[in-house]
Amino acid sequence: MNIITLEHIAKIYEVGAEKVHALRDVSLKIDKGEYVAIMGPSGSGKSTLMNILGCLDTPTKGLYSFKGVNVSEMDDNELAEIRNREIGFVFQTFNLLPRSDALHNVELPLIYAGVPSDVRKKRAEEALLQVGLGDRVHHKPNELSGGQRQRVAIARALVTEPSIILADEPTGNLDTKTGEEIMLLFNEIYEQGNTIILVTHEEYIAEHAERIIRLRDGQIESDEPVQNRYIPDLSAIREKEESE
Amino acid sequence: MKKIGRILLDTKEGILISLRAIKVNKMRAILTTLGIVIGIVAVTTMTTAIIGLKQAFIQSISSIGQNVLYVDKYEWLGGKNWRMYRNRKNITFDQYLKLKKSLSYYDAIAPIQRTFGRTIKYKNRSATSSFIYGTTEEYLKISEVLPDTGRFFSEMDVGAAHNVCVIGKDIAKALFPNEDPINKEIKVMGHRLRVIGVLEKQGSGFFGTISLDSQIIMPITVFYKIIGGRRRSMQIAVKVNDETKIDDVRLEIEAIMRTIRKVPPGKPDDFAINRQQVFEDMYDKTVGIIAIAGIVITALSLFVGAIGIMNIMFVSVTERTREIGIRKAIGAKTHAILLQFLSEATIICLIGGLIGLAISFPLSLLINQFLPTAMPFEVVLLALFISFVVGIISGILPAKKAAKLNPVEALRYE
Ligand SMILES: Nc1ncnc2c1ncn2[C@@H]1O[C@H](COP(=O)(O)OP(=O)(O)O)[C@@H](O)[C@H]1O
Ligand SMILES: [Mg+2]
Repeated sequence: MNIITLEHIAKIYEVGAEKVHALRDVSLKIDKGEYVAIMGPSGSGKSTLMNILGCLDTPTKGLYSFKGVNVSEMDDNELAEIRNREIGFVFQTFNLLPRSDALHNVELPLIYAGVPSDVRKKRAEEALLQVGLGDRVHHKPNELSGGQRQRVAIARALVTEPSIILADEPTGNLDTKTGEEIMLLFNEIYEQGNTIILVTHEEYIAEHAERIIRLRDGQIESDEPVQNRYIPDLSAIREKEESE
Repeated sequence: MKKIGRILLDTKEGILISLRAIKVNKMRAILTTLGIVIGIVAVTTMTTAIIGLKQAFIQSISSIGQNVLYVDKYEWLGGKNWRMYRNRKNITFDQYLKLKKSLSYYDAIAPIQRTFGRTIKYKNRSATSSFIYGTTEEYLKISEVLPDTGRFFSEMDVGAAHNVCVIGKDIAKALFPNEDPINKEIKVMGHRLRVIGVLEKQGSGFFGTISLDSQIIMPITVFYKIIGGRRRSMQIAVKVNDETKIDDVRLEIEAIMRTIRKVPPGKPDDFAINRQQVFEDMYDKTVGIIAIAGIVITALSLFVGAIGIMNIMFVSVTERTREIGIRKAIGAKTHAILLQFLSEATIICLIGGLIGLAISFPLSLLINQFLPTAMPFEVVLLALFISFVVGIISGILPAKKAAKLNPVEALRYE
């Protein structure tokens, strides 16, 4: 089933009199249950594409249809509702509320969805359990390691049961081992049937996905399935750990 | 219905989120409240003082009587026309009798002959009275000041000119520190008068200017006998309990007095009909101006406070740009962010209002030492209402700024 359809999407930033073509004529389709990596060098338009896919921003030109609904002309509040219900974000810098504990951070999207407090708490606890943080519910971000923070962020993305998970360089601020653990978690989430779009500039991270879209100068350079998908497993991580 | 439920839920969540933010940053919240604390203390203390002053004033003129018309040569507060009033024909006991006979509707009517303070003696003690009144038994209904020991004089005392009198509390204390004044004989201008009653305490009046508790009241017949003044002008007090009839009674009195005093048609009255109201009007005019000045000054301090709070809220919005970006990214709508910052400002201001009240309440107890009022409940409500309004006013612009932030840029903010 088709979730995302982009047709001739362009994004132009006007900086003074100059026009920056961050995206030019991007067309693509993403189906339910896919695991897609978006790759490209710095400045190629990855973040811009991610923002449009995540309904944080609207394209200058082109058509974006999400589950058959045209979102390219929605207003701010309609977009907020799509983000709340359909999209789970995972950022490179985690973007947790620093003074709130893990539970409240995970609860947050449910607050804006109007879910009553008791249901909210239960679902947030379940999501934290799912990412392996059942014993860190009342820890604040500064009491958690980088990997744990990213897990809280993933729990927050999962708690609303969104149609897609959008992750922008989710391992960028983590060491290799912790990054691998996070990629393992993504793999689990993918295997449960979720749709994941992963933005990265690292080849080996991209190879965790089953399809890689490469961008250059705001255009799609290639869009191919991954031949030898890298499936992380715990024993490999352990081995690495021991050898270090 | 569903929509209203959602709005209530959103409001509740907005308040909870802002309570959380305030709790997390207690120090800033407390400092922010300073902006409004001073204004609220000023407003409540001043309002309490103004209400207290007015009450004290009303209390001090209450012996004049709310629903009493006074027929007099002088227009009260007539000021510069004093000479003209003085040259008018006197109001006499005879005119009082005629008015009483002709007036068709009243609840009480009494002549009042008055003279300034004299020295009163009992044995070797002496006291100075503020006023000496000569009147009839009906005066009791007009002044509404009752004797708390003994009795007021009767119609018979007046008719037979019995040498009796009723004295104020302070005189009783000065002359009879250790004994019961009733049936003791005091000396007024060399004449012996038997004390038959002591009036209840009335208080010191407006900042103690007139001592209502050092007056002496005697039958008018006795007044004429021992003090004289039969040819001096008097006042005639007419009490009308029913407020709605006062204007009609006034018109009738005017007509009767014109006939009695033979005022030719077309000529203005050569007498005045006064009411307590004129004092209140005068008070409102003079003290009102002071009150307005005070209100303007406190409003200014509240305004300055509001600007300060707005400033801090703007800083807070900037500091929390990233937080706003996160909230928006995960689905907070514009109005949710608006509500969050608006309720934060409002809650901070309400806390400031409560702190202000906590400071001004003891102050009002201090005021209560001089004026007959503590902080009225209305003032508490007023303070909270003002805090609420200041919160909305100082929060709206920062909240709008926060709500309008672009999520992509807000997330990129360092
Ligand atoms: N808000 C913006 N205003 C102006 N130019 C922008 C803005 N965001 C991105 N750009 C430009 O658009 C191009 C693509 O940026 P971006 O999508 O961030 O690339 P990437 O994430 O692949 O590094 C770059 O040239 C960048 O400078
Ligand atoms: Mg980028």
